[in-house]
Amino acid sequence: MDEDGILGLVELLRTAGLSVPVGNLITFTEAVAIVGSDLRSLYWCGRATLTHSPIDIELYDRVFRHWILGTEVGLTEAVSRSPEPLLVDDDERLDGEQADFAEIETNDGAVLRFSRTETLRSMDFADLDDEERLEVDRLIADMRLTATMRRSRRRRPSKRSSGAPDLRRTVRESLRTGGEPINRRTLQRTRVARRVVIIADISGSMAAYSRSLIRYAHAAVSARSRVEAFALGTRLTRLTRELDIRDPDQALQRAADSVEDWSGGTRLGEGLQQFNDDWGTRGMARGAVVVILSDGWDRGEPERLASEMARLSRVAHRIVWVNPLKASDGYAPLARGMAAALPHVDDFIEGHSLGALDRLSSILSSGRSGPVRSRSASSPAEVTR
Amino acid sequence: MSSATPASVADVVSGLAANGYLADEGLATAIFLSLTMGRPLLLEGEPGVGKTEVAKALSALTGGELLRLQCYEGLDASQALYEWDYPRQLLHLRAAEAAGTISSDVAVIENELYSERFLVRRPLLDAISDRHHIAPVLLIDELDRADDEFEAFLLEVLADNAVTIPELGTFRATVPPIVIITSNRTRDVHDALKRRCLYHWVEHPDLEREIAIVQSRVPGANELLSRQVSRLVSELRSIGLFKPPGVAETIDWVMALTALGRTELDAASVEASLGAVVKYREDADRVRARGIDTLVESATNAD
Repeated sequence: MDEDGILGLVELLRTAGLSVPVGNLITFTEAVAIVGSDLRSLYWCGRATLTHSPIDIELYDRVFRHWILGTEVGLTEAVSRSPEPLLVDDDERLDGEQADFAEIETNDGAVLRFSRTETLRSMDFADLDDEERLEVDRLIADMRLTATMRRSRRRRPSKRSSGAPDLRRTVRESLRTGGEPINRRTLQRTRVARRVVIIADISGSMAAYSRSLIRYAHAAVSARSRVEAFALGTRLTRLTRELDIRDPDQALQRAADSVEDWSGGTRLGEGLQQFNDDWGTRGMARGAVVVILSDGWDRGEPERLASEMARLSRVAHRIVWVNPLKASDGYAPLARGMAAALPHVDDFIEGHSLGALDRLSSILSSGRSGPVRSRSASSPAEVTR
Repeated sequence: MSSATPASVADVVSGLAANGYLADEGLATAIFLSLTMGRPLLLEGEPGVGKTEVAKALSALTGGELLRLQCYEGLDASQALYEWDYPRQLLHLRAAEAAGTISSDVAVIENELYSERFLVRRPLLDAISDRHHIAPVLLIDELDRADDEFEAFLLEVLADNAVTIPELGTFRATVPPIVIITSNRTRDVHDALKRRCLYHWVEHPDLEREIAIVQSRVPGANELLSRQVSRLVSELRSIGLFKPPGVAETIDWVMALTALGRTELDAASVEASLGAVVKYREDADRVRARGIDTLVESATNAD
């Protein structure tokens, strides 16, 4: 294969959305020169030098096939779509739901005392018009999340006299006193922010709320790095990297596009299982604060959701369930999924408005705002299978 | 470089096989490139697919010493790179004082204390020290468990293959180490580090390869038993367990059954030794609900 051919392949990979810095291109060319330029070698060299994750490999395989066969097979899937506002076609349904959720009369005389921002604070996300939505987005972007701290295993020099001895500094100082360790130095543990994992249900009825929560996550991600975000439809999509660099609307849109079937709600149990298998119990959820946004309408079996929640609760520091329906009068967690999940939830809150997001912020930063679940409620005996 | 350095991808496959590791073409290409281009190799994959074993087999193949750095949260330079032997330094000061030989000049004492005598070499410094004649294999295991600070620090060391200790000067590798990094993907390794590395995603082996792996790893094992166990394990991977068994579990299980004196799979021994392969109570329940008899039957009937 000549150089032009290789450049052609790399060009295709870039078009398909794989990032190939020049350095990696050079490595790839070197690798081909070393191993050989027959098709098999070319394939494996490219895989070793140009991909960096299982997702990259999937893309690479598709582009490579296209490059060899010269067909358009499957390539279109990878081309990123133009950003569209997530809720454009939802207006009709939102109007219908307004009656259920509206809890503030904006034409009521009393409201006049509030500033526009204050009014917006308590408005349900599903009731916002386009202009209000922009305003709310701006306010969310200004929100900052201060996560709870936990003790890290890392130590740093301390000024206090108690604590683990800092031999390095003690020995250093003893040189000044003729080898006598008179000034004894100590170490103390540093503190690090707990990881926050946000899992947002993006099924039709939850779209307005997910959008705001993901925007909230976006603000948090740009402010500090220990936040992970996932979208949960019929399958689980990780959004963290998108939130890091790209437009959150576009990221959500892409996650929403990957959902094949909106009717009948989410498969919460399966989605959580996927999270537990691929990320959660392997380390991401360990000691983390997990925020789940969902109305609890689960199409799958409640037993499955219960056992996955139990599994999650055994590794997570705290589970916060955000259910916007909770804001409506007379709400009771009757949805089977919600009822199954509730025993494993530490905090159960509304999250339907800016004010409710503030409440979430305070739970995330103090870790002590809601009734604390008794850990015995999640004993494995009750949740097997 | 030693004469044992493989000259082609096929050499890597046969060389690793001779040392008990059966690699597929993709992994062999990645290893060969890593050896030839002197780049670190980042291996990711499900737990138990044999990421760590790659480094061990590679060290056996090249004859380079295996240096292992297990990552954990809070891992810092004093654990990964070097530390001074403080108790010995203090003792040395005391001894010198008692013997009356202690110098009144701070610079002199300092030179004495901060010499290579009192230096404790940790794996990273050890890997780039000049005592190696054959490139050592540096295994940085489960990098995702360490924190960002350590990654940045590691990147710096790997970029130059050199470390500067303020009191002693710069240490530079005479033979750069072969670096194998493994990760379980509990978090993303930083892009800057990934760009420096060659990458390979290690898959579960197919059935025939798994049987061959078991045969080469468990010397006394009956071939029929290896075949049946591998088949049963690959069935277990498909029934949605919390922790699907890896190759490591297959090997453990065959070892366990061999130790029990079995030459063929039967329901009673599966029940008795299930703990070798299934590590959650819920998973064990799921296997039992599936019917151990049926599972064993389908695994043994194919012969």
